[in-house]
Amino acid sequence: MNGIDVRGDVNFTSRQQDLIMSDPTEREDLMLKMMKQNAKRIMSTVPWAKALGFELTGIEKGRAFAKVDWREDLVGDPDTGVIHGGVLTALLDNLSGVCINTALKEPKSMATLDLRIDYMRPAEKGRTILAEAECYHVTRNVAFTHAWAYHETRERVIATAAGTFALNDITRWASGNEAMELANKMLGGSQ
Amino acid sequence: MSTRDQQLQAFLDRSPFARFLGVKFETDGEKLTTILPFQDKFIGNKAINAMHGGCTGAFLELTAMAQVYLASDLQRPPKPINLTIDYLRSAKGEDLYAQAVVHKLGRRMASVRAEAWQGDKDKPVTALQAHFLVAEDG
Repeated sequence: MNGIDVRGDVNFTSRQQDLIMSDPTEREDLMLKMMKQNAKRIMSTVPWAKALGFELTGIEKGRAFAKVDWREDLVGDPDTGVIHGGVLTALLDNLSGVCINTALKEPKSMATLDLRIDYMRPAEKGRTILAEAECYHVTRNVAFTHAWAYHETRERVIATAAGTFALNDITRWASGNEAMELANKMLGGSQ
Repeated sequence: MSTRDQQLQAFLDRSPFARFLGVKFETDGEKLTTILPFQDKFIGNKAINAMHGGCTGAFLELTAMAQVYLASDLQRPPKPINLTIDYLRSAKGEDLYAQAVVHKLGRRMASVRAEAWQGDKDKPVTALQAHFLVAEDG
């Protein structure tokens, strides 16, 4: 296999490709690199995330950050202007999934097993909601996450989430995440 | 439609997010069935045409909230304290239905379980367990 040209700037020679395939650290780095390069598209290509206006703002190893701007049509109770809890559920669920991808050693497809949300205080009318998620443990079949939604810092949290996700074989379960599919192709996985 | 049904309908009509979802409902006495007519924007995984977990979750949260409202004489919709969502099967890109059971309606808290299905009611795609604050001064 020769160097693969992936949307512009990642271009590996066959020698580099061999190195990536054989070295676990290189494989991990590639996964995160793919995620970072496709960061803008990771959420925007998910219809429900796009419909609610989620924006991925950053990723690190095992962590992901996002925001959603206040919007009239996301309000649950028109008398208070408070964003509906379902928007937070969707945001924390999606972001938790993304942060797992950054922690994985190889491309996987995933599905939420369960998600627990605690609402600490209502989101304030007109303010952007920030969120972060952390993948704190991964086994062969399951990943565990924590996530937070807030306006400024985690000290004044709006909602927290604890999630568990089933990890599936990406060759049998399409992930719907382009960066993962791409990393899978580059690592020689089949579709 | 009872007065309470009409109040619920009025709230859902006024709630921007309920309209965004396009939630509809039917009642049989105090028993509520909610319907979420499918829209393309609900998709979470295009590759397998599955609905987003956050979408089924939001729909179940609304269902649970509406059932508590119907079972009580609250003037305002109850506020969610926490919820746990079990994703049992992947929800396909088609209409979703849900019902909720209020296990306990106390003076301050309500405990509710809701389930959503497509096609076969005995094969729920998603289940939710939630607690709501029902105190009027909450």
